[in-house]
Amino acid sequence: MIAVIDYGMGNLASIKKALEYAGGKPFLTSNPQDLERAERIVLPGVGAFAEGMSHLKESGMDVKLREAVLKGKKPLFGICLGMQLLAKKSYEFGEYPGLGLIDAEVKKFDFYDTFPNLRVPHVGWNAVGFKIASPYFEGIKDNSDFYFVHSYHVVCREPRLVAAVSDYGGEFTAAIAKDNIFATQFHPEKSQQYGLKMLENFVAL
Amino acid sequence: MVKMRIIPLLLLKNGRLVKTVQFSGYRDVGDPVATAKIYDAQRADEMILLDIEASKENRGTLLNIVREVSGECFMPLGVGGGIRALGDIRLLLQSGADKVVINTAAVEDPSLVRKAAKKFGCSTIVVSIDYKKNSAGRPEVFVRGGSKSTGLDPVEWAIKVVAEGAGEIMLTSIERDGMMRGIDLDIIRTVADLVSVPVICSGGVGTLEDFKRGFIDGHVSAVGAGSIFHFTDQSIIKTRRYLVGEGINVRR
Repeated sequence: MIAVIDYGMGNLASIKKALEYAGGKPFLTSNPQDLERAERIVLPGVGAFAEGMSHLKESGMDVKLREAVLKGKKPLFGICLGMQLLAKKSYEFGEYPGLGLIDAEVKKFDFYDTFPNLRVPHVGWNAVGFKIASPYFEGIKDNSDFYFVHSYHVVCREPRLVAAVSDYGGEFTAAIAKDNIFATQFHPEKSQQYGLKMLENFVAL
Repeated sequence: MVKMRIIPLLLLKNGRLVKTVQFSGYRDVGDPVATAKIYDAQRADEMILLDIEASKENRGTLLNIVREVSGECFMPLGVGGGIRALGDIRLLLQSGADKVVINTAAVEDPSLVRKAAKKFGCSTIVVSIDYKKNSAGRPEVFVRGGSKSTGLDPVEWAIKVVAEGAGEIMLTSIERDGMMRGIDLDIIRTVADLVSVPVICSGGVGTLEDFKRGFIDGHVSAVGAGSIFHFTDQSIIKTRRYLVGEGINVRR
């Protein structure tokens, strides 16, 4: 059973369907207690950081999620905003604390001085280069294209947590890995063949 | 670096796929789900599904099609037509849409784009702008399927909705729709150069070279097209092969 955390934000149906296609048994939940019966957890999300965090806190999901990941050692897959929420803080519309599972900050793309023609949000397919060997990357060619939609990105304070990078006005973190935590800035559920393969790898962990 | 996108546009009317010419003269072009599967197999970069009928009675049909398409096509799916309120957006996202395309309601309820961007994130909100020349010969935004004038200038309107939080602009020349005689490059380039978000152009693609012109001369991030894929033997695969050969940065 894979708990897909529903905190009122994001393309939940897409993620659920992709996980099913990848051979998993996902269920959407907004009830923190449900994390106990889950073997794996997906934190999806599209939207603003502060609103996402406040939804997680309202239901007590933030506490249960930290517990399931840190004590329960359950594999966690964060996607897009779900990756950013793992960081210590974000500078989106102010300064807000995140879940703090990863020593990182979330910052807006800032390349106007060097690349005034680059558009934000970063929308579309971009090559992802692997920095580490990971079971999540099994069967996927290095530098394959994945689908991104975001204006903010994660900056890790510990470079060794960076699992993959992409390039948009300079290199940025496309995936992070730490113990049982894995997260991507891109959308595997929307990235056709290789995205589905990455979800299959997660399901098979 | 991010790739230029090729986006097949699927127009729905009463649950069937249709194609228009200058926003009228509907021609049935098949079953939406079967067609979406073909585009997925050909690795389209994204799909945009627009319900041009968008009546209340058709809402369920649209949601079912979105559910079916998103259950089999694991690529980004933008859906529009008849979106009036935040609840409509949420329902579409719950049914499998990744982005929503707002057109008429952005004009009729000026606060909707801002509220939607705040709630669902800018990148979820595509504002679609349809325009044609008015009686004074100037380009003007038309809503309600191109039938209602607004007095708005498409360039100024694009800048305004981006300031309100639109994450992408889709710009359609009503006069070029279905004509397959080339994209309206001047206005599209003007908008693309003035806004900071990605621009998708549509209306007029008839040859593979039109895609290239859109990227190079129109400065857009994505070219949307319907007729060329429905009515000619040009496929997404051939389009991509051509663009790679022309040195355009598309997915291989």
